[in-house]
Amino acid sequence: MSVVRSRLATRAIAAPAALVAVGLVLSACGSRAGDEGSTAASGAASCVDTSGDTIKVGSLNSLSGTMAISEVTVRDSIALAVEEINADGGVLGKQIEIVSEDGASEPTVFAEKAEKLIGSDCVAAVFGGWTSSSRKAMLPVFEDRNALLYYPVQYEGLESSSNIFYTGATTNQQIVPALDYLKEQGVTSLYLVGSDYVFPQTANRIIKAYAEANGIEIKGEDYTPLGSTDFSTIVNKVRTADADAVFNTLNGDSNVAFFREYTNAGLNAKDMPVVSVSIAEEEVGGIGAQNIEGQLTAWNYYQTVDSPENTSFVEAYKAKYGANKPTSDPMEAAYTSVYLWKNTVEKAESFEVDDVIEAADGVTFDAPEGTVTIDGDNHHITKTARIGEIRGDGLIYTVWESDGAIEPDPYLESYDWASSLSGN
Amino acid sequence: MDVLVGQLFTGLSIGSILLLAALGLSLTFGQMGVINMAHGEFIMAGSYTAFVVQQVISSAGVSLFVSLLVGFLVGGVMGVILEVTLIRRMYHRPLDTLLVTFGVGLLLQQAARDIFGAPAVNVIAPSWLSGGVEIFGAVVPKTRLFILALAVVCVVALIASMKYTPMGRRIRAVVQNRDLAETVGISSRRTDITTFFLGSGLAGLAGVALTLIGSTSPTIGQSYLIDAFLVVVIGGLGRIEGAVLAAVALGLLNSFIEYSTTASIAKVIVFVLIVIFLQVRPQGLFAVKTRSLV
Repeated sequence: MSVVRSRLATRAIAAPAALVAVGLVLSACGSRAGDEGSTAASGAASCVDTSGDTIKVGSLNSLSGTMAISEVTVRDSIALAVEEINADGGVLGKQIEIVSEDGASEPTVFAEKAEKLIGSDCVAAVFGGWTSSSRKAMLPVFEDRNALLYYPVQYEGLESSSNIFYTGATTNQQIVPALDYLKEQGVTSLYLVGSDYVFPQTANRIIKAYAEANGIEIKGEDYTPLGSTDFSTIVNKVRTADADAVFNTLNGDSNVAFFREYTNAGLNAKDMPVVSVSIAEEEVGGIGAQNIEGQLTAWNYYQTVDSPENTSFVEAYKAKYGANKPTSDPMEAAYTSVYLWKNTVEKAESFEVDDVIEAADGVTFDAPEGTVTIDGDNHHITKTARIGEIRGDGLIYTVWESDGAIEPDPYLESYDWASSLSGN
Repeated sequence: MDVLVGQLFTGLSIGSILLLAALGLSLTFGQMGVINMAHGEFIMAGSYTAFVVQQVISSAGVSLFVSLLVGFLVGGVMGVILEVTLIRRMYHRPLDTLLVTFGVGLLLQQAARDIFGAPAVNVIAPSWLSGGVEIFGAVVPKTRLFILALAVVCVVALIASMKYTPMGRRIRAVVQNRDLAETVGISSRRTDITTFFLGSGLAGLAGVALTLIGSTSPTIGQSYLIDAFLVVVIGGLGRIEGAVLAAVALGLLNSFIEYSTTASIAKVIVFVLIVIFLQVRPQGLFAVKTRSLV
């Protein structure tokens, strides 16, 4: 027995040991190649090759892992914008070539792949990233290398790197208008439900500061671990608290379980509406329109936005990827980001990062959501806030929109009630 | 009062969901000692079965019952395939089984992603299960009542078949002493396959039931797998009664701690309690008496 066991043990140890050895050899080779790349890159100002008739850009999205659900649609939108631009003659006469990388839903992989795109693929700009943790992981890479990242997702604000352009909403273009809308509707108490990580926690801090200044009572605040599937207790708490509305910052699959529980427990949009900031057209299908009908969302773009730019965007997207594929806010922001880069490069008449950053202020694009303009100081863009209602057909319809595009204010400096937040 | 009743029911409901997810494991892990990390993916397969069946049968009520049956078969057949092709070859290498089945689980997840797409799909619950029933002022969702009833039916059926059928007797005999069972003419190979079919089939069935309350996505199984293992370990390996008790206890603990704290804290406290409990009683609530020497 003991002989058998020890032989087994040897085998068990030997196999991983061999794997580790192989891994070491591989990573040694890898890092050597990387080193060469980095010396080359830091030697010259930039390794971007502008001599040919093509220019490379990077598309860095999670194509595997838990975030693939959302990020694949962003990659598709980037590809669509590039295809359109190429058909229209390219940028400064050059055709755009996409180098696509998989961030694998892992912040560290995002950082590695960003390094690769900048250092060895020598791309002129990178488009992508979704979670705040992936952006935070990539930020030092882009700053050290002085490269460009276009980040297309709404986020919690309180950041502005000169190497990143934020084409999704910051808090004053999404959460604050949503609160304004609720206040206008006569809401005097709120219940906060969110996933337990950085975005909901930060968003709720802002909501609480706003509520305090505007006499709105916070009846309760609950977080669940990401991927949580049981909401009966939280729905019980929400029911007992009897707030005027629920502000929902849950992410991913949790929304499905939450809304099913909410509906089955007899709560509805009429008595206690739920305002969500992470549910777009894609997610409605999975939740089931009948479970979420009448509930509200806060974004800057819906597939139903009525503008000629949006009609052609939606048509082009459906023609390329299928008639049953909806378009959503982050997809539109990603699509817009490619055009903003193109317009900035053409204004600067250069692909050089420093030239692009310098030319960025005031660059505009007639996006599907309306005309957007880059703010050269904080690198965010102006956006129109829209409150939408989810209808039975699974689409979201605008019920309120802001008076024109809102100037980005990532640190909420123009709001008195937010002064306590900037301390952190 | 209504809060107390509400949370009491929530606890029972969480318990019944845990139990459904863990019942199959109590056979494959509890009885056979196979650590099957792909068990969660059998649950997922059941959920997608419900989705596919609903595409064929449009009446949500009929499709639910058809799905329960088909889901059981789909899970069971997948389990048998896994047993015959892989697990059988490594009965004496538990660590290898763990790694291999984990790999199979990842493959199945990716397969689901490729076939059905990464976003969650929607399985429509029958209209007679929508809404809730009021009990002592607390509103109890009908879907949860249905799952509770289903769990009770499954437990009773499983216990009865283990106690009173020849198949159940054979399974118990092989668990208690494999060599001795073989000497009286029981084919332990065939019994293994039957046990695995039953265990995996129950996972498929659980998957169908879970579509009533949660999302149907490629990762659905993962969210229940760890909890299911906990239930089996706490209940005591090989004891279905133990699993029932453990599931209900965990459900109630979870619901009351979560009500007075938060979901994240509740999870931590429950885990700490489990660790303490297993220090005191490593064999779980019930220990099965075997005559094997190991």
